[in-house]
Amino acid sequence: MHYSRTVATLVGFFVFLGIAGLFFLALQVSNLSSFDNTEGYRLTARFENIGGLKVRSPVTVSGVRIGRVSAIDFDSKYYQAVVEMKIKPQYDKLPADTTAGIYTSGLLGEQYIGLEPGGAEEFLQDGDQFEFSQSALVLEEIIGQFLFSKADELKKSEEDSAE
Amino acid sequence: MTGILQRLGEAVLGAFEKLGRGVYFLALIVGGVLEVVKRPGLLIAQMYSVGVLTLMLIAISGLFVGMVLGLQGYTILSDFGAEQTLGVMVAASLVRELGPVVSALLFAGRAGSALTAEIGLMKATEQLSGMEMMAVDPLKRIAAPRFFAGFFSMPLLAAVFSTVGVLGGHGVGVGMLGVDDGAFWSQMQASLDFQDDILNGVIKSVVFGFVVTWIAVFEGYDCVATSEGVSRATTRTVVHSAFAVLALDFSLTALMFGDF
Repeated sequence: MHYSRTVATLVGFFVFLGIAGLFFLALQVSNLSSFDNTEGYRLTARFENIGGLKVRSPVTVSGVRIGRVSAIDFDSKYYQAVVEMKIKPQYDKLPADTTAGIYTSGLLGEQYIGLEPGGAEEFLQDGDQFEFSQSALVLEEIIGQFLFSKADELKKSEEDSAE
Repeated sequence: MTGILQRLGEAVLGAFEKLGRGVYFLALIVGGVLEVVKRPGLLIAQMYSVGVLTLMLIAISGLFVGMVLGLQGYTILSDFGAEQTLGVMVAASLVRELGPVVSALLFAGRAGSALTAEIGLMKATEQLSGMEMMAVDPLKRIAAPRFFAGFFSMPLLAAVFSTVGVLGGHGVGVGMLGVDDGAFWSQMQASLDFQDDILNGVIKSVVFGFVVTWIAVFEGYDCVATSEGVSRATTRTVVHSAFAVLALDFSLTALMFGDF
């Protein structure tokens, strides 16, 4: 018709290149390759404060990622954060008295949930809730406590020297 | 006084008339989709002149933009000891903003102006009227394939731009400046979301492709049928496309990334 075979081949090459670029962006640049939300069982934990935890933050045991946070909700009855996480099915031997804590990777890094296995004979099942949890450390609170304790010490030492 | 008011009124009315003609024109070309499906040869020939011929420009510009981002990002990030996040910076700025916007601007300059000049010259040399005499609808035969070719090419070009840019940033950051290869990719993958970043970037490029090609084809079809008219229409295509792309980019960014 209006085009030669070379033109058609070049157009095909162009379209292929564009689609390959999109695939590259999806798989290599973004987190699509680490989408593993389809399989796994759910566990929930309650925290007084979750700090900067986000949906899709990692859940780890001994530093190894075994799942991701799938939902974060606020319980307005107990004023607690309810964090739902999805754990990969092959890691189904978590003791029932496992502790869930919120930690920070590095000084200013992202926050994640670290699980510390207990010694119970029974294992956590789909839909179970962690008995023990440890909230995120809020830097301002720690600094505040530190300052207050320092001020108390100062006051005490002044009183001591006055006597 | 009344003279100034009259001219102002004429300008506003003229702008609205043109907008109306443009929308009507758009409806007619989108209605020509059947003609394009029936004759895919028309589309392929236009994909060649609009897409393939722009590919080289886009790829080389993307490479250099990515390399500059790598260099500039490294100088700033190394002040904070955060060279590891160079990949995040390069990829996020390319995928979210520079990829769609810069390739749309280049596309308007390279392909949009050519479309306007071609159609305008066809009008000036009365080829379009000739087609009408032969009962061939120039909107369907000339305008529609060009419009769809631009509409399909633009997202592909933007994807190529971002991809080449990320690779260019990788070449400078990892190859020249010694950023860790693993950290470059893993930080990028941890920070960029498929839906929030990549898909939104693709949506942007689709919108830009639509607007730029629409402006280009319409300006060509609507130009004054003289050589001066064609030259003015070509200039208008580039200027209006650039304005439209940058203004739309702001609105789209506010919608996609703003917290409303």
